[in-house]
Amino acid sequence: MSSVPSLEVRGLAYAYPDGHQALFGIDLTVARGERVAVLGPNGAGKTTLVLHLNGILGGGLGTVTAAGVQVVKDQLSEVRRRVGIVFQDPDDQLFMPTVRDDVAFGPANFGVRGAELDARVSRALDQVGMSAYADRPPHHLSFGQRRRVAVATVLATEPEILILDEPSSNLDPASRRELADVLRSLDVTILMVTHDLPYALELCDRSVVLSDGVIVADGPTRELLCDEDLMRAHRLELPFGFEPRLAGLSVG
Amino acid sequence: MSAGHSHRLYRHGDTVVHRLPAHTKLLALVLFVLTVVATPREQYWAFGAYLVLLAAVAVAAAVPVGFIAGRMVVELPFVAFALLLPFIAHGPRTEFLGLTVSQTGLLGAWNILAKATLGVIASILLAATTEPRELLTGLRRLRVPALLVEISSFMVRYADVVTDEMRRMRIARESRGFQASHLGHMRVLARSAGALFIRSYERGERVHLAMLARGYTGVMPMTEDRPIPRTAWLAAAAVPLLALVIATTAWSLA
Repeated sequence: MSSVPSLEVRGLAYAYPDGHQALFGIDLTVARGERVAVLGPNGAGKTTLVLHLNGILGGGLGTVTAAGVQVVKDQLSEVRRRVGIVFQDPDDQLFMPTVRDDVAFGPANFGVRGAELDARVSRALDQVGMSAYADRPPHHLSFGQRRRVAVATVLATEPEILILDEPSSNLDPASRRELADVLRSLDVTILMVTHDLPYALELCDRSVVLSDGVIVADGPTRELLCDEDLMRAHRLELPFGFEPRLAGLSVG
Repeated sequence: MSAGHSHRLYRHGDTVVHRLPAHTKLLALVLFVLTVVATPREQYWAFGAYLVLLAAVAVAAAVPVGFIAGRMVVELPFVAFALLLPFIAHGPRTEFLGLTVSQTGLLGAWNILAKATLGVIASILLAATTEPRELLTGLRRLRVPALLVEISSFMVRYADVVTDEMRRMRIARESRGFQASHLGHMRVLARSAGALFIRSYERGERVHLAMLARGYTGVMPMTEDRPIPRTAWLAAAAVPLLALVIATTAWSLA
């Protein structure tokens, strides 16, 4: 393990051009190989934070360093190679005529060509179990399949850190489990933005709670979910019947 | 989601016409249509010969007549216009099917109908044997400006997404008791159209963000290009060449 963290955010603050302030000084460090969930209610600033991590948004206060590279204008290409973002709606992410073309889009932008490009595409599709669908148009796949292809489009660029925006939204239970299996099998740092608390517990040992543009808690996921006052104060409610003290633990 | 596995203009098959590279077929279509348009309209037999040529292509591509006929409704507006011509054009009158009509108008109508029909049939044959994405690759190989190809490619990709969104909005309207029945309801429909436009526009922005996130810098990365065998060009050239023979014969007889 290297000592350089995959992600280091220092004092990040941002206000949209219309004056709405979304982030009020975020500090967050994610070590290499960690899986971390960012929990927060709607409107907490989760997506704004994500868009800063690869420099889509910028210009506020504070710094973001991804895999040792600072996110500043003249290093954006380098940053985007190392930080892969899977957006919430796969229809926004998959815009090429076939799955194969779409997965090739990222690495091709970073100058990968020929046999190496083909190898990257098949490896990425293999990792998400979608190799059989390479020549299909994305809009003929099921929602769960499209979400997994969206993950592959990012894996093909071989990022050091994978960022997922609401990865479990709109998935049926089987697709949800399949995606969890895929994510667990990957050897990358993962930052997962979600309000799906059981999913965070299932996949991430550590969570941070983002509320009103600041990080209000950072610790082991199970501990945070068991802290009822904290959860209630930030509109994070557990689903009916879900018991975080027991979930996922083998009985006996 | 769309029900069909492929685009509804496309007919799956594995014939010699299907296998030809898209850009050779595109070029053949353009040359064929230009030749047809340049044929003197009085040489009626020539248009029959063109039709035979297209029928031969349809047979080779295993595209049934019913498939083509059903997709020819796109021509109807032109037909309506052509049918009006004999009645509104000036010049000497003549008897036709018991009606007194303008002679030049009648000839003009025939001209439009025959040439448009041949063009539409040829285009349907191209679409039936070529998948949309191959057409896009073909356009790119023909050196059509990259920006235009990209715009068309997005159109193909998102046509289904937007249609689906439109369908959901209609279902939501009707579920709340709305049925468009008189002109006053245009207000509601116009607002739906506006909402659809804004949604599509916002989706465009999100797609752009997702592209930037994967290193897009304003230029689409080129992916592989296989060389095209000469035989493919020859096979695709057969149709426009035969059409050219018909056209030159027609000109020499005119």
